[in-house]
Amino acid sequence: MPDTTALFFWLLAAIVIASALAVVLLKNIVHSALFLVLTFAGVAGLYILLSAEFLAAVQILVYAGAIAVLIVFAIMLTRRGDIRASNLFNVNYLAAAVVSLVLFVIAALATGRMTWMTTTGPGPGSNVGAIAEAFLGPYAVPFEVAAILLLVGMVGAILLARGGKQDQ
Amino acid sequence: MTSYAWLIPVLPAIAFPIIVFITRKVRFLSALVAIAAIAASFVMAVGVLQEVFLLGITMEHPVEYAVPWLQIPGLLKIEAGILIDPLTAVMLLVVTLVALLVEIYSVGYMHGDPGFSSFFSYLSLFSASMLGLVLANNYFMIFFFWELVGLCSYLLIGFYYHKPEAARAGLKAFVTNRVADFGFMLGFFFLFAMFGTFNFRELAEAIPGYQNTAFLALAAALVFIGPIGKSAQFPLHVWLPDAMEGPTPVSALIHAATMVAAGVYLLARAFVLFASLPDVMLLVAYVGGFTALFSATIAVAQRDIKRILAYSTMSQLGYMVMAMGVGSMTAGMFHLMTHAFFKALLFLGAGSVIHALEEQDIFRMGGLYKDMKVTTTTFVIAALALAGLPPLAGFWSKDEILAATFDHGFTGLYILGTLVAFLTAFYMFRLIFVAFFGKRRAGLHGHESPLTMTVPLLILAVLSVVSGFVGTPFTEHGFSTFVYYGEPHHVEPNYAVMLISVLVALAGIGLAWLFYGRPSDVPERIANRYRSLYNLLVNKYYIDEIYLWLFRRVVLGLSEAFNWHDRHVVDGIFDGVGDMTRISGRKLRLLQTGNLQTYALVIFTAVVIIALWMAAPVFGGVVQ
Amino acid sequence: MITLNHYLALGGLLFCIGLFGALAKKNAVAVLMGIELMLNAVNINLVAFNHFLEPARVTGQVFAIFVIVVAAAEVAVGLALVLNIYRRRLESNVDDLDWMKW
Repeated sequence: MPDTTALFFWLLAAIVIASALAVVLLKNIVHSALFLVLTFAGVAGLYILLSAEFLAAVQILVYAGAIAVLIVFAIMLTRRGDIRASNLFNVNYLAAAVVSLVLFVIAALATGRMTWMTTTGPGPGSNVGAIAEAFLGPYAVPFEVAAILLLVGMVGAILLARGGKQDQ
Repeated sequence: MTSYAWLIPVLPAIAFPIIVFITRKVRFLSALVAIAAIAASFVMAVGVLQEVFLLGITMEHPVEYAVPWLQIPGLLKIEAGILIDPLTAVMLLVVTLVALLVEIYSVGYMHGDPGFSSFFSYLSLFSASMLGLVLANNYFMIFFFWELVGLCSYLLIGFYYHKPEAARAGLKAFVTNRVADFGFMLGFFFLFAMFGTFNFRELAEAIPGYQNTAFLALAAALVFIGPIGKSAQFPLHVWLPDAMEGPTPVSALIHAATMVAAGVYLLARAFVLFASLPDVMLLVAYVGGFTALFSATIAVAQRDIKRILAYSTMSQLGYMVMAMGVGSMTAGMFHLMTHAFFKALLFLGAGSVIHALEEQDIFRMGGLYKDMKVTTTTFVIAALALAGLPPLAGFWSKDEILAATFDHGFTGLYILGTLVAFLTAFYMFRLIFVAFFGKRRAGLHGHESPLTMTVPLLILAVLSVVSGFVGTPFTEHGFSTFVYYGEPHHVEPNYAVMLISVLVALAGIGLAWLFYGRPSDVPERIANRYRSLYNLLVNKYYIDEIYLWLFRRVVLGLSEAFNWHDRHVVDGIFDGVGDMTRISGRKLRLLQTGNLQTYALVIFTAVVIIALWMAAPVFGGVVQ
Repeated sequence: MITLNHYLALGGLLFCIGLFGALAKKNAVAVLMGIELMLNAVNINLVAFNHFLEPARVTGQVFAIFVIVVAAAEVAVGLALVLNIYRRRLESNVDDLDWMKW
């Protein structure tokens, strides 16, 4: 059993990292978007490994579905010039790479030296039920706030995307 | 009368604002106000003199009126007060009389000048300052009026301010006097530091018992710098010849009654101080003697009528200072008085000539006696008085000085003084023979001056004759028993000295007649033979040039250095700071790209740096 | 045996890749993609903490859902911005945008 978990973990981790790198490194933005979907799917797989099935479903629906589609739309609407060189680096990429790498090393070293008080107990049984209870119980107010945020985001997005009067 | 003596300077002082603010537009009234004020002062001065004489007020027991002016208890006490003694009384009379005559004369001389009213206002202020100086009872007051006199001389010398030379001359007089005044000021501040008072009488009581003579000598020497400047003694004499740029009546006033007399008067007033210090007295005597000879030699070679007179004044002032220095204050003051009359006369006479001819070079005049009989007669009388021929005023006073010098054992100074007497006679009669006699020069026609000018000349001529009699042996040395410190001392009539002076004066006149009294090329030949000496004299020993050179070298050199320092070091530092700010601003501005990603990059770089810092072992971080 | 640290390392790596993308790409849409990667990395960590430290409760998952909500809103608004900018300037490259200057 542990072997299977480990096997899946490494497999999914490889997929996630490889596709994430592809998202960042590829020069064609359409390809980047496709690999982004793959990354999201890999992360969903990891959620399942972490016994968060509901979250995995949300991940697939929201990220791999909605957000990815949104991004592809945006790419389509803003496309200019050669698509094969649509996703290039800017002048700061070397500095950005160094900063990112150092940050990762620090984070890895820091976490690597931590010893966690891990407990392996039984889960709550039903993920969906537990989350529902959390949202309608202790997290009811943040839940509502999140709803308002979505509403505001939607209105804002519509307003911005529609453009000003002079554009019509 | 003495209790009203304070009005003497106040009257002309009031005339000044009246003329400036009220009668400025009405010339006639301006002159009237000024003359009325000084005339009233003159009348009062006569009254004061009479009272001093009748009451027997002496130098040791003067009458003093004072009100506190500035007081810091235990620290400082400055009075505004007047001091009346024979010295003051004589000076008041001389100053008011000469000023009165000069102002009357100016009505004619300045007639038609656009600055007529302001001229009279300045004259009033000038007289007021001088009278205040004479009456002052302490050093602080005297310095105050001393400075006012300096200011007025600046205004009057530069009266024709549109002429650059006049403006420069005024400035020169002012600046030169500033140098001297600084010494004077330091001197009496030293005295104050030593004795805690500015008052003359209190100082006169304190000084003889003072022990630290070295310090006292320093103070006295510093005080002496004041008269050196004001009375145009070497080496601060340079302003006086240039002061001839002013209107001629001003020259008369400056040379006779006010400005230059102030220095000698101060020496007399501070005589107690000097008398206690033989070394300083010696310095005073030699400065005076040297100046007398020095300027007499210059006068020999000058061509400008006013400049000859100016150097003559310096020379005579040298006599007075020398008299003070050899210890005969009486002789010095006597000469100051008689000199005031005949030198005023000489200047006013010269003014009359200039007024008629618009010319100052004596070698372009000639034969003036035909057209200007009064002027010529009075001028010759004054010149004879200056040359020291009996029985004119100058003879008695000059003889008093020479006799005193001889009696006090200064044989060298006596010989020097006699030589100066010879030179004086020579240059005065050179001037007279060339300008008033001889051939008429073409194109110059003199005419006699109006009555307002000739009447003062006549009055002064009479005074030049008779004013000496107050101090002759026949009149029992009246002056000597009036103005003196300690015991009345007068020199026993030394007939040998008298005879020598007369002979010397006659010799000078005779030589002048030989050279200039008839057509002759002797002067020219001598000038050519001794070209370098002649040039030296014509150029006044190059003193001005030496000063100029010194100033160029020292002052301008220093200024250059400071200028360089200011420009390159001080400015450099501040410019550097400014440039640094500007340049660093220009460079730093590039950080502000306005690009979101760059900002984000910077933020995360900072995060990394902070993380590294916190993780570093030295700070007890995670990474051990 | 897969421990919490494995997940944390994976999350850290993913985060840094996303960061690199967000900092180093020209295209505004690509920058948004990088940000999405970073948010996913955070989510992995949250869920992993939940799983290994507090399996009986679902707090980490709830937080992850909130993150997803915010991410959705952010992507919607972000892409609307990109579209708007594109329409005005016919450009979707971020490094040509210096409107934050001055």
